[in-house]
Amino acid sequence: MTHWIAVPIILPALVAPFIVLAARHHIGIQRVLSVSGVLALIAVACGLAMQSADGTITLYQMGDWAAPFGIVLVADQLSTMMVLLTAVLALFVLLYAIGSGWDERGWHFHALFQFQLMGIMGAFLTGDLFNLFVFFEVLLIASYGLMIHAGGNARLRAGVQYVLFNLIGSTLFLFALGSIYAETGTLNMADLANRVAQIGAEETVGIRVAAVLLLLVFAIKAALVPLHFWLPSSYAEAPAPVAALFAIMTKVGAYAIIRVYTMIFPPDLDVTAGLHDLWMLPAALVSLAVGMIGVLAAKKLDRLVAFSVIGSMGMVMVAISLFTPGSIAAALYYIVHSTLAGAALFLIADLVRTGRANLDLTLQPTVAGNSLTAALFFTGAIAMAGLPPLSGFLGKLLVLDAAFDSDLVVWIWVIVLSSSLVSILGFARAGSILFWKAHSVEATDETDALPRPNMLSYVSVGGLILLLAAHTVFAGQVHGYTTTMAKHLFAPEPYISTVLDAPGKLSEPTEGDH
Amino acid sequence: MELLVASAIGILTAGGLYLVLRLRTFPVILGISLLTYAVNIFLFTSGRLTTGAPPILRDGVNVYSDPLPQALVLTAIVISFGMTAVVVMIGLGAFLGSDDDHVDDQPETDEDHSEGTS
Repeated sequence: MTHWIAVPIILPALVAPFIVLAARHHIGIQRVLSVSGVLALIAVACGLAMQSADGTITLYQMGDWAAPFGIVLVADQLSTMMVLLTAVLALFVLLYAIGSGWDERGWHFHALFQFQLMGIMGAFLTGDLFNLFVFFEVLLIASYGLMIHAGGNARLRAGVQYVLFNLIGSTLFLFALGSIYAETGTLNMADLANRVAQIGAEETVGIRVAAVLLLLVFAIKAALVPLHFWLPSSYAEAPAPVAALFAIMTKVGAYAIIRVYTMIFPPDLDVTAGLHDLWMLPAALVSLAVGMIGVLAAKKLDRLVAFSVIGSMGMVMVAISLFTPGSIAAALYYIVHSTLAGAALFLIADLVRTGRANLDLTLQPTVAGNSLTAALFFTGAIAMAGLPPLSGFLGKLLVLDAAFDSDLVVWIWVIVLSSSLVSILGFARAGSILFWKAHSVEATDETDALPRPNMLSYVSVGGLILLLAAHTVFAGQVHGYTTTMAKHLFAPEPYISTVLDAPGKLSEPTEGDH
Repeated sequence: MELLVASAIGILTAGGLYLVLRLRTFPVILGISLLTYAVNIFLFTSGRLTTGAPPILRDGVNVYSDPLPQALVLTAIVISFGMTAVVVMIGLGAFLGSDDDHVDDQPETDEDHSEGTS
């Protein structure tokens, strides 16, 4: 049943308007609908992941139109893994939003949340570049609403910056798509892979520009330095559950880079020679360094977590820009880890916020619910900083191991290891101020009155931490899976033939070209 | 015609970029609108410029205009229109809330001005 591929997009697209139209005054019904929608999404995502686990590529032609003309959805190992990761993350974030009462502090949280999921799922599943743009816009417009959820001046200001930056990114994306279409006459990814390879050596000017523009767009999404300026303010000011869900949004950029630059512009293509090792790798290394220095320099806990997200995206991009099967496998392993760890840390920052006057890293009385929150924070920090025994350490080892054959191996090792040290210092400093030294400050009446976080909040954060632990315990299996995934990514012929050879309306090309 | 269209795109983009780099929200939004106009024309021309040519295959016609970019432009126009409306509303809310329409973080309102943010 290939129709199942469309379900991760259709289901949230139906649940969201239903919530708005039928349940807008009943937060209880909204919660039930939203959670059951996400649970169904997880079930479907599990089914899709099992279906594609042996390398099967499933195709869904919208309206039965054949591939280069119609829009297709394609589910391969990479897409289904990202879909499953999104669905699982969404469940825990949603539980936290319900437990902490964030969803009651403004209108339409659940509807926007479902639209956001629809956009993310669509971006992972689509096989068409223009459709990717449309789904980017769907997830962005939902994220604008979520970003300013519950209002407040600081949040609105950060929201304006976030929206403006992303609008410029979208415009750039359209410029890139226009150039690609002008050069090749198609926007279907599989069709593009064939046509870009056929472009003669003298006629590559336009397609080179397009390739760089497209990389810039995805780098904005992935918050690669120097295009990361939108991230710290917006992630720090966004409501905690929203920031936690945004942890997957930077990975959408990483996913798009992996997809487009393994299939359409593979590393051995002359057109894009030098793009990865000359530009992307140094930028990724700088992101890693800037992110981790930001962790050490941050004066507030939410900014600290936002910078750690930049740093971990830098790590992902280092692995991606090496563009070998081994490094892509390492990057995919690290993407799962970094999503879970980043989301957990944003939620933990909110746990701290609940029991404290503010998030400034200054001496204040102990956080309400101190011991449990502290334990969660240190587990999350260990994961994010990449200390053993959690998956961050294993992911980092895999990246370092994959870097052996690179020319810049010394740089990669030095920056990865020293930035890890800096981030450990940053997290240790924050943790000791928040939880340890706080015992030396006398509690006042006001702080005693602050409530402890809800039990459901702890359950959802604990669930994310448990997933991280599972990601560590089953690292062998997961890495084995990502290795076969990377192998398939570097041999895209089955993907291309699945998409282009499937029969449908207009399957017989009547004209040679456009 | 190519020169006219190309310079229109160029001028719109240049003006848009200049306005985007301004300090306050309103010129930046105007700049983004100009940029989206530029990109709409750019998308339109990506199917090559033809005049008076049918977009649908039929007998006895040799020159066609490409219908796909026109569909793409329609999508892009709708999206950019909606996005501009959203950013105007959010920008207005931020201005009315804080009585200040600077796009960047102001030092006095943002004490936690940490490294790398602007």
